Amino acid sequence: MDLIWLVPALPLLGFLTLLVAGPRMGDPKSGWFATGAVAASFAVAVALFVDLQSMPEYERQVTQTLYTWMPSGSFEVSIGFLLDPLSSIMILFITGIGALIHLYSIGYMKGDPKFSKFFLYLNLFLASMLLLVLGDNLLLTFLGWEGVGVCSYLLISFWHTEPANATAGKKAFVTNRIGDAGFMLGTFLVFVTFGSINYADLRPAATGIAAVTATAIALLFFVGAIGKSAQIPLFTWLPDAMAGPTPVSALIHAATMVTAGVYLITRLNPIMAQAGWANDVIAWTGAVTALVAATIAVAQTDIKKVLAYSTVSQLGYMFMAVGTQTYVAGVFHMITHAFFKALLFLGAGAVIYSMAHEQDMRRYGNLRKYLPVTFVTFFVGWLAIAGVPPLSGFWSKDEILAGVFNYGAAGPALWVVGVLVAILTAFYMTRQLIMVFFGTEQWRGVAPVPAGAVLGASGAGAGDTAPEQEAESPTVQLGEGSDEPTAHDDHTGHGDHHLMPSHEPKEAPWTMLAPLVVLAGMAAIAGLMNLPFSDQFKRLEHWLYPMIVFENPLPEGPTLVGLAAVAIAAAVVGIWFAFFVYVKRRLDPARIELPILAEGWKIDSTYAAVVGGPGEATFQGVADADARIVDGAVNAVGRGSLGLGTLLRKLQTGLVRTYALGVAIGTVALLAFIVTRMNL
Amino acid sequence: MLELTETWYLVLASLVFTIGAVGLMVRRNPLVQFMCVELMLNAVNLSFVAFARSLDDVRGQAIVFFVLVVAAAEVVVGLGIIVAIMRRRQGADADDISLMRG
Repeated sequence: MDLIWLVPALPLLGFLTLLVAGPRMGDPKSGWFATGAVAASFAVAVALFVDLQSMPEYERQVTQTLYTWMPSGSFEVSIGFLLDPLSSIMILFITGIGALIHLYSIGYMKGDPKFSKFFLYLNLFLASMLLLVLGDNLLLTFLGWEGVGVCSYLLISFWHTEPANATAGKKAFVTNRIGDAGFMLGTFLVFVTFGSINYADLRPAATGIAAVTATAIALLFFVGAIGKSAQIPLFTWLPDAMAGPTPVSALIHAATMVTAGVYLITRLNPIMAQAGWANDVIAWTGAVTALVAATIAVAQTDIKKVLAYSTVSQLGYMFMAVGTQTYVAGVFHMITHAFFKALLFLGAGAVIYSMAHEQDMRRYGNLRKYLPVTFVTFFVGWLAIAGVPPLSGFWSKDEILAGVFNYGAAGPALWVVGVLVAILTAFYMTRQLIMVFFGTEQWRGVAPVPAGAVLGASGAGAGDTAPEQEAESPTVQLGEGSDEPTAHDDHTGHGDHHLMPSHEPKEAPWTMLAPLVVLAGMAAIAGLMNLPFSDQFKRLEHWLYPMIVFENPLPEGPTLVGLAAVAIAAAVVGIWFAFFVYVKRRLDPARIELPILAEGWKIDSTYAAVVGGPGEATFQGVADADARIVDGAVNAVGRGSLGLGTLLRKLQTGLVRTYALGVAIGTVALLAFIVTRMNL
Repeated sequence: MLELTETWYLVLASLVFTIGAVGLMVRRNPLVQFMCVELMLNAVNLSFVAFARSLDDVRGQAIVFFVLVVAAAEVVVGLGIIVAIMRRRQGADADDISLMRG
């Protein structure tokens, strides 16, 4: 238990070592070193988990305080780690998946000129992420929160020589800042209300606070969660974040960082229990995000963009769960999603690797013949995300839907949205599977669209009408133009990235395939964590139970079975419909892949137009007010002091005799005072 | 026949002190100002010794030794500065030396 600090310290050590010796260690070695650091951290996490399990249920809450960071009156912040059921399970899957993705990256990033720097950033990211989940107070969590934001920025724009990649990173960072403001205000309000920002102090005190305060705190932290976890209205950065290398997309923008918002809400569940309608806001935001993102995913042609929108949609599911206070289901889906989405992303990376960095799915086809391992693992991931029993995605998604159904009056309406999203999920994932691994070998022919004509606004690849739309759609960047709006994962590291008709796809090296196989196994069996059949199978629920104040109970017996049947039906309908459209060709795909969907409902381009037009004027006004009024006041104080100083310096004549006179007068005055007033 | 009480010493000490203080303010030669400072110090010494004798307390004399030692040190530093100034400029006048003007 004394080893908690090692979990974030090991990746940090890796970061520091690579900082000093990274370039000297060179291509494969620095990668292996970073992987080793994370694997060691995983081993410690496992040991801690086993230790925690052996403790009595209600004592499973270990705090390790290293030192006091900021002692300041009644406000005291310590560098301390909190190991409880929630954080122990978080560090397990973060370090586990992190180690696998590090291993994968050794193959994927091979030959990149900035190879060691990539692992340096990855290690720093993991250290920050672990600090985020292990911190025992809000400020330490915020430190990790910002740390992962910085790493996300650095890694999205890793190939920064491409302007589009650099702007994608900037966009992610700026959008996240909006959410961070909510996090900070929430922390201030917590301190004002509770007089402490330690999680351990919040829980007992939470029942005593006013409902209005709890609602305000909940909403402020939800603003933070919206930014980090890419929910409406701040989700537009995540699809653009696909500009980063694919392992980054898998680790940061699918498995770990983007789930930080869900973690935060779960961590603050004692406050959420008092927060009233704030929970409805969370649930509905999640539901709308899930639906909107799923519809957009249907029309994407970039292999990673489909997965990006899918991630946004699945995060929407998780927020539906925590919003309806079905925290166990939310955490459950967070874990299973981490497995199967990391798997899908890494699979997509392996495909991209084999296809000379082409990301347009319309140029794939029939790859199952060339990439058998990638195909089988991707297939498992597809079954899991589509919600086919008995793979993991089915169990967690079904639990969320059942919990949502049971949530008061609004429950059934939310549930309908959830089922709709389940159908769409099965549909677009099947579409992707068919386009990539089945059908004819599309790259053999002539390229359907000239390179660079894929739409950049909203980062969406446009359907068949790309060239006309490119001209009229505003650019992605906040008010900034760019000549090459296509942000995509390409770099010069692996040589040529023009997909020739004569290209023969080859399977990726074993360092990339091994993580795929492990993740496929986990994606298949992770459902075992929490099976609804009987009480003893609900392991995750029992595990998390001590730290959750109020959990929305799942419906009983027949209702649960009925809901599960609907969920399976939804998956089947989605898969069948995709089969109907893309294999049987009974319906023209163009009638489903509407341009408006491909452009992401024009949400991103609207933002760009608003922020670039009237928004910019407003910001300029605020900046001017700041320059004139705020800075003016500060400068006036400065000028006042200067004037007073000029006046006073006249007294300093430099003449010794004047000073002597001053001393004499002073002495006499003092003597006169003592003699007359003090009655000696 | 007048008796020599400590009052006489104190009157003398205050006279010497006043001469020193006024001299420090009205004279412009640094060397003379320096001697005025010495006058003030010794006036105080005189009063200490007078008190020590009338109160029959040796501590007053002990303090005088301290003052003498400190004054000696001060003379070393002060004369050093004055000599340095004299070397740099012709005819020293305290009012001309005002480089430290604000």
